[in-house]
Amino acid sequence: MSYEWLVPVILTVITAATPLVFAGIGELITEKSGVLNLGVEGMMLVGAVSAFVAATVTGSYFIAILTGALAGMFMAFLFGILTLSLMANQVATGLALTLFGVGLSSLIGQDYVGTPVAALAKLNISGLTDLPIIGPILFGQDVLVYLSFVSVIGVSWFLYKTKAGLILRAVGDSHNAAHSIGYSVIGIRYLAVMFGGAMSGIGGAYLSLAYTPMWAENMTAGRGWIALALIVFATWKPGLVLVGAYMFGGITILQLHAQAAGLDLPSQILSMLPYLATVIVLVLISKDESRIRKHAPACIGKIFHPAA
Amino acid sequence: MLPKIVKRPEPSRAMVYLTPIYALLLTILTSMVVFTALGVDPIEALRNFFIVPINNAYGASELLVKATPLILCAIGLSVGFRANVWNIGAEGQLTLGAIFGGGLFVYLHDVDSIFLLPAMIILGAVGGALWAGIPAFLKTKFNANEILTSLMLVYVATLLLSVLIHGPWRDPDGFNFPESRMFSESATMPLILEGTRLHFGSILALLAVLGTWLMLAKTLIGFQIKVIGAAPKAGGYAGFSQKKIIWFSLLFGGAMAGIAGVSEVSGPVGQLLPSISPGYGFTAIIVAFLGRLHPVGIIFAGLLMALTYLGGETAQINLGLPVAVTGVFQGMVLFYLLACDVLVNYRFEFKSMGRAAG
Repeated sequence: MSYEWLVPVILTVITAATPLVFAGIGELITEKSGVLNLGVEGMMLVGAVSAFVAATVTGSYFIAILTGALAGMFMAFLFGILTLSLMANQVATGLALTLFGVGLSSLIGQDYVGTPVAALAKLNISGLTDLPIIGPILFGQDVLVYLSFVSVIGVSWFLYKTKAGLILRAVGDSHNAAHSIGYSVIGIRYLAVMFGGAMSGIGGAYLSLAYTPMWAENMTAGRGWIALALIVFATWKPGLVLVGAYMFGGITILQLHAQAAGLDLPSQILSMLPYLATVIVLVLISKDESRIRKHAPACIGKIFHPAA
Repeated sequence: MLPKIVKRPEPSRAMVYLTPIYALLLTILTSMVVFTALGVDPIEALRNFFIVPINNAYGASELLVKATPLILCAIGLSVGFRANVWNIGAEGQLTLGAIFGGGLFVYLHDVDSIFLLPAMIILGAVGGALWAGIPAFLKTKFNANEILTSLMLVYVATLLLSVLIHGPWRDPDGFNFPESRMFSESATMPLILEGTRLHFGSILALLAVLGTWLMLAKTLIGFQIKVIGAAPKAGGYAGFSQKKIIWFSLLFGGAMAGIAGVSEVSGPVGQLLPSISPGYGFTAIIVAFLGRLHPVGIIFAGLLMALTYLGGETAQINLGLPVAVTGVFQGMVLFYLLACDVLVNYRFEFKSMGRAAG
């Protein structure tokens, strides 16, 4: 029996999951510091369009990805000014960031709608990439796919094995305690928020450079929000963010293959699957309130204003 | 020298009403910089954005037409926001309202009755409320975050409308275009001003604002919403049911958005199309905040945001500016509003270190 059909399926699942991994792991760090940034969708969109424009103008994918990351950071910085320095409500500001990002990205991308670029190059090591099944999967990905795995491992290591990670978690769990022993709560949260922005920007860049190498308005199609749901699913653990992202990637791809397999359903019904799955997963995970409470950073969403 | 942020002993009521004006002024200033950067004369751009669209009677009536769905959705959302119930799925609830209300017409298209339109409006409210009831159920029963569930349902609603219009509800005489039949006269909102598109939906919006105002000021549930929003613990001690408030705010918000949906498809749109709203449900979030979650404020904020839609169109035609400017402008208003809100609870002290020491 041949397993050859599996390879293209796995390859498409990887491309569908990668942007979620980036956005999810970035938001995880943000939330671990005690900040809830609901603007992931907006940061991804601005990252996607900026990276795309940079790729078209410079032709360099390195510059394009960097631009996407910087654009995401810029958006996150705005969020930081509002919520950290000016103490605005995080929920409202996050929504504002998404609404602003939708408008800003379509303004920037106005002249670029529909113009394709070449997709981000995939690794090709003669010998290794040609191996059956595992060759294309392990040795035939683009650089961002590898980077997404590196980021999950790096973030796990950072959070649980380094002192800086411990401080970040302390800030998220008890900002008053962290402040009283001399850590700059606001400074650390700025860094965490900006890291989240950069990762969302790269996630967006993946969409416009690799997933569908073009720019279309609102092309994230809710992935930023799915990334937020992923973190609840993962109970704030980096490894589970990866698992969740691949699960959702799988569901996204399922609809394409179900259609190819001749399933007699309107395509729109199948397109609903990732959104419905998100709702179902949220329900299954949130049902156990104590589990959420145990894992969520205690200070999430709370404003910090040092009394002194 | 950095200013120091000091907490006010009491929130400043004056600032609550001043900050929207600050936010608007800052947005206008920033837009002038952006326009200049885009190579457009900033004064001319502002004139096209804010004055040209409404310098005649037809333009002014169009402003009300655009403000109607915004005010309807925002008034519904404001009730939830007051109680810390974050329904951000008004766009989906609006779509369901259009599906339920418009669906009735699709099945009864040859019925000529004065009851058809009222039935469509009621059914639209029911559709919106049902859609918002899903996040309410999931929140109260399974503790699922209503922000994420209501938002996910926006995508589902849009796809559902698309299924219906590409399939069973497609106009049989429509040359296979994805659109329903044009609504008949008995399914169309009556016009209130001949020669314009101003329709009965605007009166519904006014009634909704008035009703919400009364509800918040005079009823027990209105009181409970305000208490739970301002001090959840106090509400808990007083024995107010958090679950009841969640259900009420979501159903109410959904019904309002549903009415907005019917009012659009039976009004300016005139049929069911795959896209019936340029994001009114999302802009309504800005309207609710900019209006300070207050019924009267929401009317003003709704008119202002409606103007940005018209202004965006005018600026596109006259100055060749991309229509996306509208979205940027709307987002910027909300940003500045949230930034200026710091002034409500805090004040800045510009005391130099030297003077403080001496």
